[in-house]
Amino acid sequence: MGFIKGLKCRECGREYAVEPIYVCEFCFGPLEVAYDYPKIKKALTRKKIEKREKNLWRYRELLPVDGNPQVGLTSGFTPLIKADNLAGELGIKELYVKDDTVAHPTLSFKDRVVSVALTKAKEFGFDTVACASTGNLAHSVSALGAKAGFNRFIFIPASLEASKIAASLVYGPNLVAVDGNYDDVNRLCSEIANKYNWAFVNINIRPFYAEGSKTHGFEIVEQLGWRAPDNVVVPCASGSLLTKIWKSFKEFREIGIIKKLDTKVFAAQAKGCNPIATAIKNDTDIIVPVKPDTVAKSLAIGNPADGYYAYKCVKDTGGYGEDVTDEEIIDGMKLLAKTEGIFAETAGGVTVAATKKLIESGHIDRNETTVICITGNGLKTQEALHGHMGEPHHINPNLEAFEKVLKKIK
Amino acid sequence: MPVKVRIPTPLQRLTGGKEEVEAKTGTVIEIVNDLDKQYPGIAERISENNKIRRFVNMYVNEEDIRFLQAEATVVKDGDELSIVPAIAGGISQ
Repeated sequence: MGFIKGLKCRECGREYAVEPIYVCEFCFGPLEVAYDYPKIKKALTRKKIEKREKNLWRYRELLPVDGNPQVGLTSGFTPLIKADNLAGELGIKELYVKDDTVAHPTLSFKDRVVSVALTKAKEFGFDTVACASTGNLAHSVSALGAKAGFNRFIFIPASLEASKIAASLVYGPNLVAVDGNYDDVNRLCSEIANKYNWAFVNINIRPFYAEGSKTHGFEIVEQLGWRAPDNVVVPCASGSLLTKIWKSFKEFREIGIIKKLDTKVFAAQAKGCNPIATAIKNDTDIIVPVKPDTVAKSLAIGNPADGYYAYKCVKDTGGYGEDVTDEEIIDGMKLLAKTEGIFAETAGGVTVAATKKLIESGHIDRNETTVICITGNGLKTQEALHGHMGEPHHINPNLEAFEKVLKKIK
Repeated sequence: MPVKVRIPTPLQRLTGGKEEVEAKTGTVIEIVNDLDKQYPGIAERISENNKIRRFVNMYVNEEDIRFLQAEATVVKDGDELSIVPAIAGGISQ
């Protein structure tokens, strides 16, 4: 083991030792894990990866842990589905869905980042883990933290859907519902993180936590038969997932796992919270914060921490950003379910609807290979669909009544 | 009446532990450079090539300077200028 060189400021390049820190003392830029790629290149091959168990730790040399994986031993390696029905609807030749609606154990891509964060928290010797969350992260920290034997403090905006709250509480964490939006919760948590010696997965453990997102991208490349797609469409909240998927492709090229890389990266957001898409459309690297108002609550981060880097990544790769209305989001969810049998959360509706617009506007070439990233399960946000679907056919329990309905259906 | 400048904890080592210091009126960037004369080293922590660093937020009377005239925003007598490091992980407005 030992493939990490240290932490490095993304802005000014100052280097730091591997510790639970996340911000540069000098310029306040975010810290990122720096790896010894020549060493990894010697240690990791396609063959070696293929022989390993089908979980996210099959890429462990490119993850920021020193010892053996300790958390999330059944997480990751979700299906990459060739979505021919959806491709037909959207008028595109080759489309794949990377389906994290079935991530284990809590049905969203957050199981990836939390597996890495909690393994690192164990290595650092923490006994308490915590997070600020819009829902999915809360579930994952609650569940994986329970299995790993951590005390857990979970901070959520009080306005979250009831079903998302239940899906945290069942694991028995200390759940704190804060009156305010995600940005308010985050600000409170950074104050708490300063005072208490806890592993806040998305604050002081963030440099390590965020690296877990790369496994979504590594898997895309492996499951496509060791090639990167021409286009990848990623939903954006903080923007971190998008930058890490791009990083995963670059790292695979860096260590020689793939030779060719000219993927265009696309950002998908809701119109009610679109600071990254707006910057891309306006061609400016200044991310103007917004007050979120969208049905896609898991993407409702008005002041995205990685917004600038997501913008830059989209621009550097020749991609684009698109934003969609709540109505388009619901239609996107229904389209994915009807064509591919995948019930995604609202964020998935954002990704499908944005992809549709990107194809229609010509930003995505209909003849190229496109992967869309579906990051969470629709069973968690069923409230969003209330009033937007058909009603069941209500009948008396006799054949005559059924056949009357059947005539109507035909 | 001078401008009041609020200094965040990580920069208070440079101001001798002071949470609040005074500066002459001027644009945001002029004030930053002027502060550096009193408290050497502070300007390079906040700015680079006369641009406020990406992960430093500046507020004039609680309004983010990105919504005003950025570095050229004029800070008048009695105004308050706040320096707030953005934290990686979402920032409150």
